[in-house]
Amino acid sequence: MGEIYVVAEHRKGEVREITFEMLFKARELCRTFSHRLTALLLAGKDAGFADDLAKRADRVLVFENDRLETFNSDLHKEILNRVIQKDQPFMTWIAHTSWGMDLAPALSVKTGLPLATDCVDIQAEDGRPIVIRQIYSGKLFSRVSFKESPGYLMTVRSGAFLPPDDAEMEPGEVLKQDIPADLAEPRKTFVEFVDTGAGEIDITQADLLVSIGRGIGEEENIATIRELADRMGATLSCSRPVVDKNWLPKFHQVGTSGKSVRPKVYLALGISGAFQHVAGITGAGTVIAVNKDRKAPIFRVADYGVADDLFKVANALKEKLAGA
Amino acid sequence: MDVIVCVKQVPEVIDADLKISREGTGIEKEDLVMHINDWDNYAVEEAVCIKETQGGTVTAITIGDDESEDVLRRALAMGADKAIRIDPGERELDGFVISKILAKVIKDLEYHLVLTGVQADDDNSGMVGIMLAETLGLSHAAVVTGVEPEGDLARIRVELEGGMDEVSRIQLPSLLTIQTGINEPRYVSIMGIRKAGKKELTVIPVANLGLSEDDLTPRTRIEEVFLPPETTGAEMIEGDAASVAAELIKIIKEKGVSI
Repeated sequence: MGEIYVVAEHRKGEVREITFEMLFKARELCRTFSHRLTALLLAGKDAGFADDLAKRADRVLVFENDRLETFNSDLHKEILNRVIQKDQPFMTWIAHTSWGMDLAPALSVKTGLPLATDCVDIQAEDGRPIVIRQIYSGKLFSRVSFKESPGYLMTVRSGAFLPPDDAEMEPGEVLKQDIPADLAEPRKTFVEFVDTGAGEIDITQADLLVSIGRGIGEEENIATIRELADRMGATLSCSRPVVDKNWLPKFHQVGTSGKSVRPKVYLALGISGAFQHVAGITGAGTVIAVNKDRKAPIFRVADYGVADDLFKVANALKEKLAGA
Repeated sequence: MDVIVCVKQVPEVIDADLKISREGTGIEKEDLVMHINDWDNYAVEEAVCIKETQGGTVTAITIGDDESEDVLRRALAMGADKAIRIDPGERELDGFVISKILAKVIKDLEYHLVLTGVQADDDNSGMVGIMLAETLGLSHAAVVTGVEPEGDLARIRVELEGGMDEVSRIQLPSLLTIQTGINEPRYVSIMGIRKAGKKELTVIPVANLGLSEDDLTPRTRIEEVFLPPETTGAEMIEGDAASVAAELIKIIKEKGVSI
């Protein structure tokens, strides 16, 4: 193994959690193999992120320019390509986020280095990396090797590596780098951020969430669950397929692209439990899942489970509450 | 505006029981129902919507054996004008090789936009689209939830994490990877698919493309496929619906929620 470079992701003036998760895992690997850990920061002038990153890496290479204030895959790709060609790090890690998914495959073609995406574990064996990935909607895992190469690229899943609170260490060096003078104008220009999570209800404030997923089947069936939620004094939320079908507005959505929630109790009805959804309920006190598929992944993370038809259980709950 | 849309046939896995193949590096596909990758279905709909508002043509492309022509016929029934199937033969493919094959065919076509799904629901890699863009030298964006052409540009919306979208302007020609929920894919009838049988469908064997051995060599290899590690899992509540409901109400109240 050799050096690891981690590309920091930041948005609206904040370093994103995935950056610290990557640095934590990379430091563990670097310690085992006695190699240097470098954080790469491409940001606007005086972003002030470098010191925070330095507490978690041996050094931080900082590229500051007004054009780098928001992510741009064209500019990131050009700058990172030059860094990788010059320094030839063993591995370069990028967040598996919408921005990382726009950057990493292009960088892989540009540098000629192989890429594995959405890694949930990264190891080194006999001088080559091995990664673990989920396939078939998370129903199976795969162990993936690479064609031999001078370096390797990975994108890393959010939440795969959770740093402890005391993950900081003796600050590393912060090294300002020059922006290449001959950078081409990017073909994409930023216009604005739009908050899609705002709406007439705030699911993050609820003590009890009754949440529906693909198992709801038809739009007409939502009314019966809404009635149950009202009777329980609960807020109605949902997983992605319900929003994709336009059955509920986006502010009801729990998960990575929706909201992270922390109710006392989360009642998941007909939700299979894709990782993007589960990532949004890690803060829930108690998770109760009802799903007719006894093998549904949601039962792996739920505290209580009912392997039955959600409407049968919902109607029985309504009857009990009416009688109480 | 001429649009190319790349589609893939994948097994329907959400409700299926998956069995690991004897070699241990894949799954048994014999008993699985094959269908169009969900993300690609939205990409086809988006391509057809653009054609309907802007004029132009839609060409659907897939890589696969003759059975995968089903997804092309479906795309034709939705409104694509022509289709191309690239036959890989027995070759082993990864995202890198797929992107090189697609690039070789697409570079000789006329287009303003290339659309792919964000990812395919088999390997869940999400790399083919953006690798294809870089190989073709196109501007690109991933996880797109809105496309509005504006002359030589398009105003696009990208879904970020945590209930946030990013709006930007991108120069055409461009490649966009399309996220689910961007539109409502139209219904396709058996009759529609039958009628679309008259539309042009070209088959190209990979061997005819003149790709280098390097471009046809996978960059990654699955060494092993395995089941998710065991967890303690949920405490299952068994019994008839009435007793289950009573138990759930008890648990909810115990956790400090008054209902």
